[in-house]
Order: sequence, then C-alpha cells, then structure tokens
Amino acid sequence: MASNPYFSLAVLFVVALGFGLAPLGLARLWAIVFSPAKPNTVKNAIYECGLVSKGDAWVQFRSAYYLYAIIFLIFDVEAVFLLPFAVAFTGLGMAACAAMLVFVLLLVEGLAWAWAKGILTWA
Amino acid sequence: MAVDNELKIELGKQGVFVTTIEELYNWGRRSSVWPMQFGLACCAIEMIATTMARYDLARFGAEVFRPSPRQADLMIISGTVTKKMAPQVVRLYNQMGEPKYVIAMGACAISGGPFKQGYNVLKGIDRYIPVDVHIPGCPPRPEALIQAFMTLQKKIDGQSLTGADRPRHLDAEAQGEFPVPEPGEHDLEPTSNPGVWTVPVVIR
Ligand code: SF4
Repeated sequence: MASNPYFSLAVLFVVALGFGLAPLGLARLWAIVFSPAKPNTVKNAIYECGLVSKGDAWVQFRSAYYLYAIIFLIFDVEAVFLLPFAVAFTGLGMAACAAMLVFVLLLVEGLAWAWAKGILTWA
Repeated sequence: MAVDNELKIELGKQGVFVTTIEELYNWGRRSSVWPMQFGLACCAIEMIATTMARYDLARFGAEVFRPSPRQADLMIISGTVTKKMAPQVVRLYNQMGEPKYVIAMGACAISGGPFKQGYNVLKGIDRYIPVDVHIPGCPPRPEALIQAFMTLQKKIDGQSLTGADRPRHLDAEAQGEFPVPEPGEHDLEPTSNPGVWTVPVVIR
C-alpha cells in the first residue's frame, strides 16, 4: 500500500482534514464542558443593526434579474473585445475590421432579439 | 490543580514553562478583546484617537474593531446614551456572543454627565447592562481608556474556569438575556433592569 504513488496524497488528505476539523471539534467540546449556550430571541435576531429585526433573511429575488444578468453579458463580452480592438485599431487590416464588425453585429443581434421579446420592459 | 506561584517562577528560571488550561484560556481571551465599532458622542473621538498610531491600542490586541456584535467581545459605551438610543445599545449588547464586557467611557456613559438633567438622557448605561469598567472624564483621555482596558484585562485574567465564582458566561444558571427597554409615555419602560442595577434610596 505504501508503494502506491497516491499514498502520500492520501496521508496529506487525512492530515489536512484533521487540521481543519480538530479546532472545530475542540471548540465544540469546550462549549459542552464549560460554556453553556444561552440563546434567546433578541440574540438570535437576523439583523445586527440595533433595531428590531423584521422579516426573514432568506429573501427571494425575482427571476427577471436572471434575464438582465444574461443581457449584461452581451455588453460585458463586447467591452472586453472592443478595448483591445480600439487600441490596435490603426494597425489593423480590412479583414480584421470586418471580423470585428461581424462580432459586434452578432452581439447586437442578441440585444435586438431581447428587445423584440419585450424583456427590456419591466413587468 | 493550581501550580504554586513560587514553584512556577523557579521552574521558569530553569527553562520549564508551566501553565494551566485556565491560564491559557484567560491569556487568549485577554490578548484578543475585540471591541465593537460604534461611537455615541464626543467621547468616541477619543476612542478613535486611542486606536490610532499615537496611542496604539493594537499593543493590547484590541485594534480589531468589529462592525458586527456577533464578532465583538467588548462594548465601549463612548458617549451620551439618549433614551432613544438606549434600546438599540441594549439590543446590540444582547446580540454579542458571550463572554462579553462593557467599558462605560466618560461622564455621560456612567451617569448622564453634563446632560444629566436632560429629559432625554439616560443617567448611566449600567441601568440596563452590567458595566465592567467605568472611566470618569469629559472626555477621558486616550490614556484613561487604555487604563480601563488594562483593568479589564486584569479582570479577565482573574476569572476562574470553574467554581461558584466563575463568570457569567461559564454559568448555565446566570442571566443570559438583558431585557431591552421600550420607549414609554414619559420614560423608558422599564426604567432600569433590577438584575444589574438597584435603584438607590434617596435619603433627604
Ligand atoms: S462625557 Fe463629555 S466628552 Fe464624553 S460624551 Fe459626554 S459630554 Fe461628550
């Protein structure tokens, strides 16, 4: 077993796991032996601003945000490529410009599609 | 079993270091007292100065001002506590994890100070929460805050892990919740917490 090339990895894994879990276990043991937990509603309140907490921390967001995130990607990717394009613009040939134009048009098409679908109007 | 102090010094001379769990525990706690980051009035300016390079509270392991009560060990009441603010202060104190300590800094925090006669000023935060160290002054100098800090460290050092006189956070029976006062018609309701403060009898 010790001749297995992965043996040292396994040992490292066990040691790393112990390194992480031992302090947690010790802290838990300490809490059980010495330090009793005294929870109450004020202490367990979800917000820590000093005022009375209202509602729940698990708020849900509208799925419409997801579409916005996707559309944001269009501009994001475009900006990433437009910047080097603009920097190297003077030294570029006709073919490179055409390729960039196609790329931009492709992305604009995505935006146009979203627009036509009515995603940009907040329902 | 506690080690005899003289024996410990003698062993230390020989290069042997002896300690107890209790000592280690208190050493760890007193060397990393993290205060909560909030200031109430003019005294807060002195508290800020204390943390800066000139006075350097970091020497005591206490420069890590925490923005959340869950991560803080020490509440420095640095300034005037108005009756509007008192419920918030008490609620934040409740939300701190044990063990927790309080330093009442300045005349206002310990008694209402120059504004004691004000209709809206709480006459000392110790009406609602247990205060460990009071510092007089208006405002106390940063040295005074550091002195309070060292006093607190001494207090932490002297706390025992077991036994009848063990501190609150190790005692399952001890008070865990400090009632948050509510604004009433003329004053806060209740006007004080009988568990931590007894109303003084005025003899005329
Ligand atoms: S004690 Fe003096 S300096 Fe401190 S908050 Fe009160 S008035 Fe301000």
